[in-house]
Amino acid sequence: MQDVYEALVKIVGAEYVSRDPEERFIYSRDPGTMEPCEPDLVVMPNSTEEVRQIVLLANQKRVPIVPMGGGLVLSGLTRPLKGGMVLDMKRMNRILEVDETGRSVIVEAGASQGMLQAHLKKHHPGLKHSIPDAPPIATIAGNVLIHGSGHLSAAGGFHSEMLNGMEVVLPTGEIAKVGSCATSPYWFSRAPLPDLAGLFIGWHGTTGIATKLGIKLYPERPLGDVGMFATEDPELVPGVLHQLAGVAVAEDITAFMANAPAWLRGFQIVNVKYGAETKEELRLKRDLLRESVRRYIDDKVGGFMPLPPEMKQRFLEEPQTTLSLFADTREGGGFEYVGAIMPIELFAEAYRQGLEIAERHGVECATGARIIGLGHCMMFFYGYAFNRAEPADVKLAQEALEDTNATVLEMGGIPWKAEAPAQKQIIEKMDPNTFALMNRIREVLDPKGIMNPGNWETD
Amino acid sequence: MEHAEILHRCFRCGYCKLPGSFQDLNCPSYLKFRFESFAPGGRMWLLRAWLEGEIETSPRLSEILFSCAACGNCVEHCVFPAFKGDLLNAFTAGKEELVDQGAVPETVGRYLRAVHAFGNPYELPETDRAKWAEGLGVQRYSGQEYLLYVGCPGSYDERGQRMARALAELLLRWGVDFGILGEEERCDGNEVRALGESALFEELARRNIEQFESAGVRKIVTLSPHAYHAIKNEYPKYGGSFETCHYSQLLAGLVEKQEPRGGNGRLRVAFHDPCYLGRHNQDYLSPRSVLDALPGVELVEMDRAKADALCCGGGGGNFFTDVLGGGADSPSRVRVREAAGSGAQVLAVACPKCARMLDDAIDAEQLSDALRVMDLAEIIRERCATR
Repeated sequence: MQDVYEALVKIVGAEYVSRDPEERFIYSRDPGTMEPCEPDLVVMPNSTEEVRQIVLLANQKRVPIVPMGGGLVLSGLTRPLKGGMVLDMKRMNRILEVDETGRSVIVEAGASQGMLQAHLKKHHPGLKHSIPDAPPIATIAGNVLIHGSGHLSAAGGFHSEMLNGMEVVLPTGEIAKVGSCATSPYWFSRAPLPDLAGLFIGWHGTTGIATKLGIKLYPERPLGDVGMFATEDPELVPGVLHQLAGVAVAEDITAFMANAPAWLRGFQIVNVKYGAETKEELRLKRDLLRESVRRYIDDKVGGFMPLPPEMKQRFLEEPQTTLSLFADTREGGGFEYVGAIMPIELFAEAYRQGLEIAERHGVECATGARIIGLGHCMMFFYGYAFNRAEPADVKLAQEALEDTNATVLEMGGIPWKAEAPAQKQIIEKMDPNTFALMNRIREVLDPKGIMNPGNWETD
Repeated sequence: MEHAEILHRCFRCGYCKLPGSFQDLNCPSYLKFRFESFAPGGRMWLLRAWLEGEIETSPRLSEILFSCAACGNCVEHCVFPAFKGDLLNAFTAGKEELVDQGAVPETVGRYLRAVHAFGNPYELPETDRAKWAEGLGVQRYSGQEYLLYVGCPGSYDERGQRMARALAELLLRWGVDFGILGEEERCDGNEVRALGESALFEELARRNIEQFESAGVRKIVTLSPHAYHAIKNEYPKYGGSFETCHYSQLLAGLVEKQEPRGGNGRLRVAFHDPCYLGRHNQDYLSPRSVLDALPGVELVEMDRAKADALCCGGGGGNFFTDVLGGGADSPSRVRVREAAGSGAQVLAVACPKCARMLDDAIDAEQLSDALRVMDLAEIIRERCATR
């Protein structure tokens, strides 16, 4: 690796390459439960051209490359399973261009959610992007490329659906553009061209390295509110979600099953966030949402609960800082979750399965969901906190996660941003021709197999 | 190691890297180095790995720990109330272990040896300590209301000396009853403490306390927020209890009593909050009160101000040891670019270390035509020249 190290120093400068044990330790793991895998090197490029040169070098030397954004995926996707180099993209964090009229922005792949949020707030206060509940240092690119979702997903779907185009360094070193930017100076959509973005989304860095992204922006309304609908019957929740989403005024619809505060225990809670230009519009939206679930209210099986101002403020916060606090539930700095993408009709079963998994493994399981689009599907999550200082506790969480992945697949859902072992579970359920197609695509794009090897593989 | 029990509780969520607005990186060492290992969460995990034998003592580990500027941004923005207050204490404890092993960067070792041998990090004679005050007519402390504690940069650094002179002139002009220790003054030890040399810090603190007490000192006004922090918050642990204020706090009370005189034209001023006055001691108001009271001064706020202020990179001993280093991503250069971008003509400071760091950064960024660094007392002197 000496020759690779020296070549990388020439490309990015000595201060942005490390093979020291300290960086190899930190970049071998993420905050989740997956076992560490040490990189040989960590490198931080500052431009697309530097990425291109690194990829050419990796091809020449057959060294694996693992692209990394915020490193907060929790499922270990940026662990170099077969060694090589981690490509930390966060020096490439520029916000390049905002199109106010067309409501879009072009960013470099290392730009963080927080940076864009702050930039828009200051320079384009009428616009916002969909913010995931990941910490603000998480990158926009990382989240888009794993099919993330966020605070505008009821309005705009998965964050991958909000992607207008990308600049990508292919595994063989060519720089390619996908979306309208391939043909036009404007990054306005992926239509009407063949949608090549799909070659890079959901692949966990096995098909190329995104260096720039164009994403959609949405109106930032001056007024906002959140309604909290509660029912004790999980069987009713799919219908409630269907009705609330169908009004098509919500920016974000989430569900959670609370253990605290005590007065919420046993309830299935659905939060609906919406914005408005005027108080009248806000009232109208509130009334429309209320009417959509009138039959549950009239039947006295559910209803909107009054929200204490402090709680309302917390629900309106983007991102919700309290979610990180879940990691300290067991005073041990760890949590991981299975985010299962599935139809909303599976809500009740998904909830029941969560209770059963928790009982089987003797762990606490926090469950909830985010609705994608107008109820087109949901990301149902099963969160497990663990104490990273207690190996037995980490193992419990690992076992619960594995069980959850299997249960989700059995139900008809699909684990999101799946860990390497869960990818294998998915592949087992996958149409063999689909997996064969995936492999053929990878062979064409990455003939030397340097891109995040070990992912989307059976052995 | 002290505080080892909190290391595993860090989730590495990264709020500690950012200001409250999330607009850019706000941890000085992470901003400069960019590797995750240089972020507060990286330090937490590496310290745990080190204690558990997963990584060994190394120059890189020392660089990672000693490049921490102790600015407190991580403490301010960490979302875990159960242990956030001890983040910096854990890093200091880690540095203490490295000091005990003798595994510190060369510049840190030199700094600590100089303070031990000379009583100051400049390796200059103690007899030079009062040179900054020559010709001003400042009295030696002999029971005046205030002891003006100048500290090492104010005594020896050319930029710090100018600050000290401006302040002393102002206090004399305004009739404040104060004196200095002159050649008898010794290092306050704040950076020694931050660098993990706890035994030397205790020795310095006890010596200073004894000296202050034997001189009958009750009220201390400090030039440096670092000294203010040490004397106010650390010396009581060794029995030293003094009514301590930073000079901006004293000026805030006095400037209101002065008659404003205009006629100097308008001046757009951005204030750079020093970490040891701001985040460490939660005083964001005093320096702004001073600036607000000055004729013609228009106070503009940088995007990162008050609890969100970006450190100049001189804290945690880095002013002397320079483990953090230079370059375009060094915090001081990022900070002066931010100040220039705010439209300010003057970047106001209230710390001799900030003054030097930011002065040098303006030169490096070639911004001297647009921006200059001035200390509060220097601004008062300029704005009230006709008084």
